[in-house]
Amino acid sequence: MAAALVISALGLLGLVAFITALVAGGLAALAAVGGLLAMFVFLAAVVLSLVWLERKYLGRLQMRMGPMRVGPFGLLQPVADAAKLVLKEDVTPAWVDRWLFWTAPLLLFLPSYLLWVAVPFGPGLVLRDLDLGLLYIVALSVVGIVGILMAGWGSANKYGMLGSLRSAAQLVSYEVPVIIVALTVAMMAGSLNLSQIVEAQRPVPYAVVQPLALFLFLLAGLAEVGRTPFDIYHAESEVMGGPYVEYSGAHWAVFYLAEYVNTFLVAVMVTLLFLGGWKGPGLPPVLWFLLKAYLVVGFIFWFRGTFPRLRIDQLMALGWKALVPLSFVNLVLTSIYLFYGWPWWGMSLISLAILAALGYGIHRQAAARKPAITLVPAVEVRSAR
Amino acid sequence: MTPSLIALAFLAALALGGGLGVVISRNVVYAALFLLVSLGAVAGLYLLLLTEFLALVQVLIYGGAVVIVIVFALMLTRLQDFAKTRDHHQWPLGLAAALAVLGLLAATFVVFQPAVHPLQSTGIQELGNELFVRWALPFEIASLVLLVALIGALIISRADRGE
Repeated sequence: MAAALVISALGLLGLVAFITALVAGGLAALAAVGGLLAMFVFLAAVVLSLVWLERKYLGRLQMRMGPMRVGPFGLLQPVADAAKLVLKEDVTPAWVDRWLFWTAPLLLFLPSYLLWVAVPFGPGLVLRDLDLGLLYIVALSVVGIVGILMAGWGSANKYGMLGSLRSAAQLVSYEVPVIIVALTVAMMAGSLNLSQIVEAQRPVPYAVVQPLALFLFLLAGLAEVGRTPFDIYHAESEVMGGPYVEYSGAHWAVFYLAEYVNTFLVAVMVTLLFLGGWKGPGLPPVLWFLLKAYLVVGFIFWFRGTFPRLRIDQLMALGWKALVPLSFVNLVLTSIYLFYGWPWWGMSLISLAILAALGYGIHRQAAARKPAITLVPAVEVRSAR
Repeated sequence: MTPSLIALAFLAALALGGGLGVVISRNVVYAALFLLVSLGAVAGLYLLLLTEFLALVQVLIYGGAVVIVIVFALMLTRLQDFAKTRDHHQWPLGLAAALAVLGLLAATFVVFQPAVHPLQSTGIQELGNELFVRWALPFEIASLVLLVALIGALIISRADRGE
C-alpha cells in the first residue's frame, strides 16, 4: 500500500515537473497557461451571473422578488454569498477518509474546468481547436462521477453514501443517451470538431432538422448535471445534499461551482450542437453565442421552476425505457436519412412526428390517470358558494 | 533524454504504481481508485503515441467502468471484510499467471523484433475505414461475444434469485 502510494506519488510529481518544464520552455506554453487562467475568470463570472439569474428567475416564478438588498436589483448578492462561503469555517468530521474527502472536490472540478479548453466561443475563439473536441468533452465529463462517488464514500455518512450510489446509477445511465445523440450530430456534421459542427449547420441549424435529438439531449444533459427535476442524488428532502452533506465552506463552494459550470456546459453544448453556435445576423458572433447559451440557461431554470422532482425508479425508467431507445431510433433514422440523401425537411418532419406522437402518448396517459387529490383554485371555490 | 522519454518513464511509473496499489491495498474502494490511476496513466501513454482517439476512449470507457466497480465493491462487501481481503490462497496462482503473461509479451518482443515506425497521428476517418470496412467481420464477432456475455450474466444473476 505504502509502496504503491510512493510510486504513484513519484509518477505524479514527475508529471508535474514535466509540465512545468514545458511551461518554462516555451512562450506558447505560457500563453496556454494564460488562456486557462482567463477561462477560469470567465467561468467564475458566468457562475456568479447564473446564481443571480437563477435566484431572480425562480423568485419571479414563485411570485416573490428574489434577492433585493445587496447592490441594485440584488446584483451583488452572489458576490456576498461567495465571500461568505470562503470565510466560513471548513469543518472536517472526525470519521471521514481524509484522502478521499479532500481530493474529491478537486476530482469533480478539474475535469469540468479542463473540458472548456475545447469549447469554441466564436470563429477561431477557442483555446485548443481539437479535432476530437466533442469526444474530449464527453470523455472528461465522465471522470467527475468518480469525484462524486469519492465524496460520498469518503465522508462516512449514510446520506452521503446513499446519494453517491444514486449518482452512480443516474449518471452512468444518462451518459448513454447523451453520447448517442452527440454521435448523431457528429454523423450529420461529418466531424467531431466543434467548430466544424457549427459550420456544418449552414442552411438550417440542427434544432430544426433534429428536434427529437434536441429534446433528448436537453433532458439527458439536465439529468447528467443533476438539475432540479433530476436532482435525486443530492435531493435535500431525501438525502440532505447527498455526497455534499459533510462539506462546508470553501470545499462545498467547489462542488457548487462545478455544478453551475456543468449547467452552463449543457447550455453551451446545446447551443453548439443544435442552435448553430455563434451564427446569426447583425450582432458580433460571440454575442450571438452568449445570447443563445443564456437563452438555454433560462429554459433550464424555467424547467426547474415548473416540474417536481422525479422519484428514483421513475428517473431510471425514463432513462432506460424512454431516452435510450429513442436515441437509438433517432440514430438509425439519421443514418438512413444520410445514406439516401433525403432533403433536410424530410428528417425534420419525421423527427417532429415522433416528438408529437410522444407528447400525445404522455398526455393520454396523464389524462387517463385519476388524480388522488383535486386542486381547485380559490376563486372557483368562492364563486361556487 | 527527450521530454517525451521522461514523460514515458513517469507515466509508466504511474501505471505500475497504480497496478501495484490495486493488488496490495486492503481497502476495496482504494483498489478501485488505484485502478483508475493506472488506467489514466495508460491513457497518457496512448497520448504519447499520438493516438488521441484511443486515449479519449480509454478515459470514457474506464471512467464509467471504475464507477461501476466501486459500486459493486460497496454492494458486495462490508467494512469488516476489508481487513481480510488479502488473506486468501490464490496469490501464487495470480503471480504465476502474471509472470506467464509478462514472459509471453517479452518473448514476442524478443523473437519478432517489431519494426520501429515513425510516430504519426491517425485520423479518425482512416480509423473508421480500417475498423468498419477492412476489419468489419472481427469487429462484429467481438461485439457479438460481448453481447453473449452480457445476456449470460443477466441469466445467471436471474437464476440465483430463482426466477
